[in-house]
Amino acid sequence: MTRDSVLKDLRDKFCEDILDFFDKSPKRVYIEIKPVALVAAATYIFRDLGARFHIASGIDARTHLEILYHFSIETMNLLISLRVKLDKSNPSVDSLANVIKGANWIEREINELLGIDFPGHPDLRRLLLADEWPEGVYPLRRDYQEWDKQAVRDRGV
Amino acid sequence: MQKSVISIGPFHPLQEEPEHFMLTVEGETVVEVEVEIGYNHRGIEKLSERRNFEQSTFVIERICGICSTSHPVAYTRAVEDIIPVEVPERAQYIRTIIAEGERIHSHLLWYGLAGHFLGYNTVYMWMWRLREEILDVMEILSGNRNNYAMFKPGGVRRDINPDDIPVALKKIDAIIPTIDRLKKAILDDPVLHARLKGIGILSKEEAINYCALGPTSRASGVDRDVRKNAPYEAYDKVDWDMIVTDSCDVWGKAVVRLLEIYESIKIMKTCLQKLPPGEIDLKLKSIPPGEGIGAHEAPRGETFHYVRSDGTNRPVRHKVRAPSYMNLPTCKATVPGSSIADAAIVLAAIDPCYCCTERMAVCTPAGERIYTGKDLIALSQAKTAKIKREMGIP
Repeated sequence: MTRDSVLKDLRDKFCEDILDFFDKSPKRVYIEIKPVALVAAATYIFRDLGARFHIASGIDARTHLEILYHFSIETMNLLISLRVKLDKSNPSVDSLANVIKGANWIEREINELLGIDFPGHPDLRRLLLADEWPEGVYPLRRDYQEWDKQAVRDRGV
Repeated sequence: MQKSVISIGPFHPLQEEPEHFMLTVEGETVVEVEVEIGYNHRGIEKLSERRNFEQSTFVIERICGICSTSHPVAYTRAVEDIIPVEVPERAQYIRTIIAEGERIHSHLLWYGLAGHFLGYNTVYMWMWRLREEILDVMEILSGNRNNYAMFKPGGVRRDINPDDIPVALKKIDAIIPTIDRLKKAILDDPVLHARLKGIGILSKEEAINYCALGPTSRASGVDRDVRKNAPYEAYDKVDWDMIVTDSCDVWGKAVVRLLEIYESIKIMKTCLQKLPPGEIDLKLKSIPPGEGIGAHEAPRGETFHYVRSDGTNRPVRHKVRAPSYMNLPTCKATVPGSSIADAAIVLAAIDPCYCCTERMAVCTPAGERIYTGKDLIALSQAKTAKIKREMGIP
């Protein structure tokens, strides 16, 4: 399998769902995909192409929320980033944790830091933030305001 | 049988990175393990968005105290990937030298602590003494024993003085015989074989599914090393081997780390000898809008950085993924089935910066008993002593 044949297969298989295909350099490819097709595409890349899942990174891009899922095919030194764009009013995308165990923690992290819901996740508890952190305050959102941490501490929570 | 919950952590006054392990045990056997992190969440990703590209290098150098260079390597590579651009050859070699020196001292540190856990305090003392020598070499080369501050997007900040190279090489050569002796002592020791073989099994399938990294994955037969898979800096210009074993247990992880010390010494020495002349910095003026990804094989596995720029002098998003983030969840596969005496070394085998052994409380309906860190180490050392007695070794 070569780089071109892998990318062609990927495009043919998900031709309906791929919204944008950006071939940045020989080592980097960014593919924007519809959120509904994410699990199928990620499963194909992880299982069938034997890629490694690096991590996902969530971003607040002001008009919408974005998650990038980074995979790499080690034999051909190719890094594929799957991008999903989510609506800010109700951000939600199916969980990958049942397919890739390594995606469990990062989805918990994105959930608490950016407020994106992952239906199907086995255990969507808090990972990093403290217990007294208020519900619905997401520190990596652009509209995040510092909340009064001293008042919470004084209350002795 | 009655189940009890043992809680390890979260605070340890000696080590960094507090973590909290909840072991569910039946008698002596662990049946389930739950990890809680977040006690040391410092918001560095958010902090990085408020610094410019050059200042962020210093912030993220402070993410980890032991492998301080691993994050700047990945970060500067991510920033360079936005443009994209390759740094001058001399800078690539200097980066490789610093990164490999750090791997040597980090692996020696792990060996020392593992020896202490197993009741081999001689190994502990020797390894940490050797680590001092390597730190001295790093001081000669960079001016600092740790937190070298050598990196910047586009190159390195300081050059290596040609007069220092023979001194550093001589110091590296001087420690090789000691490492040889320790290697023989460790690999031939029947007690260590009995103690480490067959515990903490992480199968190849589990290693792939958990996306394990670094020595944790290479001990399970997954040939995964960013330095080989996606060569960067000077790693494709020097000759070295990737160490992979398929024993899947704690012994395999120990062997991988021990042999990697030799490979790192080899890479470091070759780079020092072949250091090419030339520029060390590209003097980048501005970073265009775009996104970049950088990865580096740190001592514990791959560090991964994602940086997005909007054309200003600050990153709009900087995602940091440390190797322990992927390696820690593997304890769900490795710890169940082992005894409490083994749990300490199995958890320590992934090198998570052991913060776990401060406090242990066994909670049963009848009452509560507190295990301190000392008790846990004593339990682990007592098992080694028992194996020694059974083998008839004094």
